[in-house]
Amino acid sequence: MWGSTLLGYVGIDTIIEQMRKKTMKTGFDFNIMVVGQSGLGKSTLVNTLFKSQVSRRSSGWSRDDKIPKTVEIKSVSHVIEEGGVKMKLTVIDTPGFGDQINNENCWEPISKYINEQYEKFLKEEVNIARKKRIPDTRVHCCLYFISPTGHSLRQLDVEFMKHLGRAVNIIPVIAKADTLTPEEKTEFKQRVRKELEVCGIEFYPQKEFDEDMEDKSDNDKIREAMPFAVVGSDKEYQVNGKRVLGRKTAWGIVEVENPNHCEFSLLRDFLIRSHLQDLKEVTHNIHYETYRAKRLNDNGGLHPISSSSDTQESNL
Amino acid sequence: MEQQKNLEGYVGFANLPNQVYRKSVKRGFEFTLMVVGESGLGKSTLINSLFLTDLYSSEYPGPSHRIKKTVQVEQSKVLVKEGGVQLLLTIVDTPGFGDAVDNSNCWQPVIDHIDSKFEDYLNSESRVNRRQMPDNRVHCCLYFIAPSGHGLKPLDIEFMKRLHEKVNIIPLIAKADTMTPEECQQFKKQIMREIQEHKIKIYEFPETDDEEENKLVKKIKDRLPLAVVGSNTIIEVNGKRVRGRQYPWGVAEVENGDHCDFTILRNMLIRTHMQDLKDVTNNVHYENYRSRKLAAVTYNGADNNKSKGQLTKVDTVEGISPLAQMEEERREHMAKMKKMEMEMEQVFEMKVKEKLQKLKDSEAELQRRHEQMKKNLEAQHKELEEKRRQFEEEKVSWEAQQHLLEQQKLDASRTLEKNKKKKIF
Repeated sequence: MWGSTLLGYVGIDTIIEQMRKKTMKTGFDFNIMVVGQSGLGKSTLVNTLFKSQVSRRSSGWSRDDKIPKTVEIKSVSHVIEEGGVKMKLTVIDTPGFGDQINNENCWEPISKYINEQYEKFLKEEVNIARKKRIPDTRVHCCLYFISPTGHSLRQLDVEFMKHLGRAVNIIPVIAKADTLTPEEKTEFKQRVRKELEVCGIEFYPQKEFDEDMEDKSDNDKIREAMPFAVVGSDKEYQVNGKRVLGRKTAWGIVEVENPNHCEFSLLRDFLIRSHLQDLKEVTHNIHYETYRAKRLNDNGGLHPISSSSDTQESNL
Repeated sequence: MEQQKNLEGYVGFANLPNQVYRKSVKRGFEFTLMVVGESGLGKSTLINSLFLTDLYSSEYPGPSHRIKKTVQVEQSKVLVKEGGVQLLLTIVDTPGFGDAVDNSNCWQPVIDHIDSKFEDYLNSESRVNRRQMPDNRVHCCLYFIAPSGHGLKPLDIEFMKRLHEKVNIIPLIAKADTMTPEECQQFKKQIMREIQEHKIKIYEFPETDDEEENKLVKKIKDRLPLAVVGSNTIIEVNGKRVRGRQYPWGVAEVENGDHCDFTILRNMLIRTHMQDLKDVTNNVHYENYRSRKLAAVTYNGADNNKSKGQLTKVDTVEGISPLAQMEEERREHMAKMKKMEMEMEQVFEMKVKEKLQKLKDSEAELQRRHEQMKKNLEAQHKELEEKRRQFEEEKVSWEAQQHLLEQQKLDASRTLEKNKKKKIF
């Protein structure tokens, strides 16, 4: 391709401003799923991440509810706004995961849900009369909560990530990290990373999707630090004159946003401030495309749903 | 009603407790403690902290190194001495409990272990020579609950329901430094509510006659289940050396009553209620086991499945003499045997018929094959004959031809000779 130098200012760079204006007007969707045993602080963490009461728990679910007998999928949507940018945030919770005595195949309802969202999108895409903006309910990111045993991954964790790592972006996090002392934390993280490597589990950001050297070096740094050991809290306390989010114990206050205490700020910056769009893109360009290719190959072509109700064959 | 008589002088039997004490000290004590809970809840650390020894040294293969994926039951014995008193401490560990994806029946090895210890004791009690009677029964089971903050998991409830009639269960909240004081309170209340709801009988601290002690007991009861933190690392805090866990935001002290209930557990388990735990095990759990076992033996020995149904029968059959009972049993047994015999014969006949049929079939098959082969052979034979005939014909015709040729030659030579002769002339 020819690269030519410009002889004066043309104004091509204003496209960024134009895109920004457009995005602000249309807003965007983000769907995040949280998976983990009950009691690992999933809802609290999501509330802390988005600094508002967006989890299912805050919408009227109480602590005393019984653990459901099978894995349920419950999603709650909120529209949050910041700096003129609107985001429709959907938090998908999976109560009942890993809580039973027999947890065989408890990932199946989750896998089914993820595929159903892909299917919905596919059907809309394949329509003859398409909507201008297809509502995107696909799961962009799945936060998997690892219990801070200090030893290694549980069998259930490995099974889940193996089964779903190819269908959705999985970000493993170590929950309730205030259980671990700094040495225990480092050791645990190393062990978990090694185990993930041995089992061939690729978590987001996946090595194979790094586009260039810059991406690779950025993502390598992040991959070295994962899984993030996080602590969530929606209560504020006074520390050194500042008001911080934290947990007050009898021997000190755990500050959520203090990088010496836990890695919450790393997770938040990574998830929201730098890789939010990338998560959506990987979901759309890779996971969704994989699903679509498989579907079309299996069925030998999909019938589009036209506005008239007779079935028309079309070569797809 | 016995009257209490006043003594007129000092007799001296007030010294009896001292004599008992001296004898017990000489004999030494035994105590078996079982720890149950998922991996990573700090069981080994807590045991090390409780007894201030390294029962689980750093070489002990922790869950990360564990290869087997089934529940094991492992015993470790250690002899500890303090102030002239020696204690043979046995710790029963259950690695692998609750770690698999499918944890159905992961409590079975635990139940089997407890029952086998009861059985050993029962057998040694019933022996003729009872000099040596080691008490290996499980006196106490510390059940570790994960600090989720919500309530009991289905696995916890199942386990406790199945074991509360076999062993003293003391539920503990593990890794209590995960929770803030308010969360801890709420969690404890939730757990106690669920325990009552499912009618689980955890170990109850006995009431005493002493007012002071009762107050202490009540304090303990309010703090159930005990939230514990374990550690064997010593840290400096305000000039004092304490055992604790060092975090960037502070030090969680193990022996500080405001931080966790470890001291209460240790005092209760070792300093005040150890003997009571053994007594309850002996008088309640062991007796339950014993009466169930012996009733089953006198009633219908072998079948354990049946014994549940039979036990209800006991109520209605009461009053009949044991001899009649035995006759009844014998008759039942005979009837059962006869039925089994008949069934076996039927099965046998059926099998014989089948075999005969099979043999017939294979015979027919063989016959058919034989016929086929014969046919083949005949066909080949015919072919061969045909070929031979052809060959013969050819031979004959060839010979005829030869003969003809010879004749012709002869004729030709004769005519040649004749011509020659003619020519000569």
